[in-house]
Amino acid sequence: MAHHPSHYSSTLLSHNTNSERRVFARRLMISGVVVVVLSLTLLIRYYLLQIVRNEHFSTQSDANRIHTMAIPPARGVIQDLEGTVLAQSKPSFTLEIIKERVQDIDYTLRELQNILQLDDSELDRFRDRLKRRQRPYEGVMLRGNLDDEQIALIAVNRYRLPGVEVTAKLVRDYPFGELFAHSIGYVGRISEKEMQKIEDAGETDNYYGVFSMGKVGIEKSYEKKLLGTPGAQNVETDVRGRILRTLDRKDPVRGATLTLYLNVRMQQAAVEALAGRRGAVVAIDVNTGGVVTAVSTPSFDPNLFVAGISGKDYGALRDSPDLPLLNRIIAGEYPPGSTIKPQLVLAGLDGGFITPEYQIYDPGFFQLPGQTRKFRDWKKGGHGSGINAHLAIAQSCDIYFYQLAHRMGIDRMHDFLAPFGLGQLTGVDLSGERKGVLPSREWKRKRFKQAWYPGDSINAGIGQGYHLATPMQLAAATATLARRGIRIQPHLVKAIDGMDIAPAYDTPILLRNPRHWDTAIGGMHEVTQGPRGTAKKVFADAPYTVAGKTGTAQVVGIAQNEKYDAAKLAERQRDHGLFVAFAPVDKPQIAIAVIVENGNSGSGAAAPVARQVLDAWLLGHSPVPTAIQKPIALEAASHGAEE
Amino acid sequence: MRTSPDFIRQLPTTGAIHRTLWQRLHIDPVLLLLLCALAGYGLFVLYSAADDHLIAMEKQGGFFVLGVCVMIAVAQINQSTLRLVAPVLYGLGVLLVIAVALFGEISMGARRWLDIPGLPRFQPSEMLKIGLPVMLATYFHERSTPPRFKHVFWSLVMIMVPVTLIVRQPDLGTGLLVLSSGLMVLFMAGIHWGYIAAAIAVAAAAAPVMWFFVMHDYQHKRVLMLFDPESDKLGAGWNIIQSQTAIGSGGWAGKGWQQGTQSQLNFLPESHTDFIIAVLSEELGYRGVLVLLCIYLLIVARGLWISWHAQETFGRLLGSTISITFFLYAFVNMGMVSGILPVVGVPLPLVSQGGTAIVILMIGFGLLMSISTEKKRPVY
Repeated sequence: MAHHPSHYSSTLLSHNTNSERRVFARRLMISGVVVVVLSLTLLIRYYLLQIVRNEHFSTQSDANRIHTMAIPPARGVIQDLEGTVLAQSKPSFTLEIIKERVQDIDYTLRELQNILQLDDSELDRFRDRLKRRQRPYEGVMLRGNLDDEQIALIAVNRYRLPGVEVTAKLVRDYPFGELFAHSIGYVGRISEKEMQKIEDAGETDNYYGVFSMGKVGIEKSYEKKLLGTPGAQNVETDVRGRILRTLDRKDPVRGATLTLYLNVRMQQAAVEALAGRRGAVVAIDVNTGGVVTAVSTPSFDPNLFVAGISGKDYGALRDSPDLPLLNRIIAGEYPPGSTIKPQLVLAGLDGGFITPEYQIYDPGFFQLPGQTRKFRDWKKGGHGSGINAHLAIAQSCDIYFYQLAHRMGIDRMHDFLAPFGLGQLTGVDLSGERKGVLPSREWKRKRFKQAWYPGDSINAGIGQGYHLATPMQLAAATATLARRGIRIQPHLVKAIDGMDIAPAYDTPILLRNPRHWDTAIGGMHEVTQGPRGTAKKVFADAPYTVAGKTGTAQVVGIAQNEKYDAAKLAERQRDHGLFVAFAPVDKPQIAIAVIVENGNSGSGAAAPVARQVLDAWLLGHSPVPTAIQKPIALEAASHGAEE
Repeated sequence: MRTSPDFIRQLPTTGAIHRTLWQRLHIDPVLLLLLCALAGYGLFVLYSAADDHLIAMEKQGGFFVLGVCVMIAVAQINQSTLRLVAPVLYGLGVLLVIAVALFGEISMGARRWLDIPGLPRFQPSEMLKIGLPVMLATYFHERSTPPRFKHVFWSLVMIMVPVTLIVRQPDLGTGLLVLSSGLMVLFMAGIHWGYIAAAIAVAAAAAPVMWFFVMHDYQHKRVLMLFDPESDKLGAGWNIIQSQTAIGSGGWAGKGWQQGTQSQLNFLPESHTDFIIAVLSEELGYRGVLVLLCIYLLIVARGLWISWHAQETFGRLLGSTISITFFLYAFVNMGMVSGILPVVGVPLPLVSQGGTAIVILMIGFGLLMSISTEKKRPVY
């Protein structure tokens, strides 16, 4: 091997020795091995990712791009007996603000106010709603029912108003407003508490994409039927969340259509008849138990609650002395007064305390043996002699019932009246029903920790004292009378999706002698057509027969020697007027209960209302055709009715 | 002419006798073919990965054509000429890196770019990827190998001066690549294993020091993300999670060209540059990755084959270093995107979008071709 003459001669391969070559060859080999090892590392790594964990990453990649979006179902329609729509879900363009996306809420609202000419109160209401807690990134509605021009105006300005969205939504609509507020109720935004309940019940999936639910009335009691089943769609989105295409879609199932026994004509007749007074009318089809009229006045506009009612509006409703939010139909508890006298006569007859022929003399007052306190008849001087069961009902003779109550005692009265549904829930398909009070020795001990006094029974004998009943209970009890003991649970919904609901029967009332029904019903018939019937004037010209009973319920106690003087009492302290009836007498179709608060008397205030409603049902008389009833004035004065 | 019984000498000898057209043009047809295959494959993937498909492809194709021209031009340079200009090249590179440190333009938080009027904006650190190995190969060509201590020392100085400057830009990725290309020359020169053991020991000892005093926060994060990308899903971990998802969801056959949801729906960041291998993996699957790796390995093999047959130390050191470094680029890129290496800004050679990288790589291949077709020099 040649020597290299110089280190610095680049042209000479001076140190290109075999040993050098061998070193290089070895290093090259090692490098090659390293390259192979590193390549294998990569191959294994990619094999692990792509082959072994392929499924995991495919899932993850799909989770990136595929998002499931809810398609909320259309809530079921509620219609009346004749098919008129009472509640529906209407598509509506809604202006919403997503709080989290807004940069400057004051600026945004100022701009929107200019664009849409919103008034200040509307903005105040919105600010109220905005303060309420809600799910993050859930829009808060500023205004619904946008028209094309408004949508366009918002669209042009949207670029400078982040967080302002126009969305097409199904919004619940109650075309008849207040007319059905207390029966149909309303839907409202699902609260956090309700959300929790839904979660606890494991029904979250049923509310996927649904933001409102029934809060009261039929909307609440039939929530599950009305809700429907949400659909869903899988959409492909890019990294910014922009939807590129729909991959698949499961259509939602709309909620069931509910057909009610209620109908617009009857409701309007009842509202018309109440003429702005506070009160309630409940009418039941005695053959089906269907509630054909359910009115509670004053009422409110349920549409206000759909989007979330403003604090001011709600406050006004809540604080009104007329209690428009009180559902008098099922939660208004009134002393039933004389309206339960027919049932008491039945109790006396069935218990053998009286016979249909048994007569009393009515001097105008009743005294318990050995006591000086006088229980007075409503009629000064009394009804005189020869008062039998018939006349006692027809003339509402209090003394007859004082005596009867004294002889029967409270426990027998209680036990006989209970099967008529007094003091217990009727089971009507509305939420928020109250039980009223059917007094008994037991009840008083529990409630007041007091013994039952004989005087308590006397008051109970004319439906006063501790007695309390709702209009629904009175109407149901009257229907039971009409059907001579057959009891059907009252209900508002006739059919679900066209399928009739079978009425639910309660244990019927069986009398020892069924002819006793004739005695009580005959007495009630005389109320409207007997020569001295308490409601004969009201039904004098009725082309059908009516079995009715007037009632007057004291609002304030009257001292012993004081004569009741309606004129002297403040309007709010006047007696409530009640009237129950069914018609026609022979082949009953409809039973009705009417309460006119502070109406002074049953015959003067309540019976005429019942007449108008019965006319509407039996004769097909519509009230003077009006458009949808204008709001029943909250401040409406009571029409003092005189006898 | 020196004859040798060594079988290694057989082929070039034969070649030297019958010089082909390719040899006269200083072109290695096998390497050229492989490079064209790689570039074509890369353009195919880039078309799908880039948002502006055709435009990106045309631009990249243009750079490749330019790169081929540069490669052929470089291939014509005589090796001795190259050795003469090597110190100049290296010196200029170091000066420019110093200039960057002093006057460089700051882009994305790092001072890497130099804007000289009349020239396109460029990163001088790229220049050293070629300049340093050429310098070192020249250095050892003129000294006996295996290198003596003195030479090892001076070569380390030549390596560490520019590397330190580059790392401090900060550009840890390029710094490490320049460092490895330098060390590769030393290794190929037959440096004693003792040095290598010592170097490993020093590196192990220096690692904590580097971690706490040299590395920046973002660099810490990148390393940490390697172990637990889920800890910062939407931040530093996002890239690696999305790239692994893209790769993994590709499976054996892939989702189809232009059908990769991760890349087409922009879940994958940097899909046309550093992370393009994720697009390839997602759309063409494991078999697509195998094809790519095969092309890379063939190119490296050809490069090593050329180095094996090189006639001089210079060619052997430079050729093998260029080949191995080329492989390292590919390895580091594929490793970081698949989550076995921290994310450092290393593009996938000849596939990722970027003109500078292509031209620099092609210069390297030009040098390889020059080595492969070098004329045997007579021994006087």
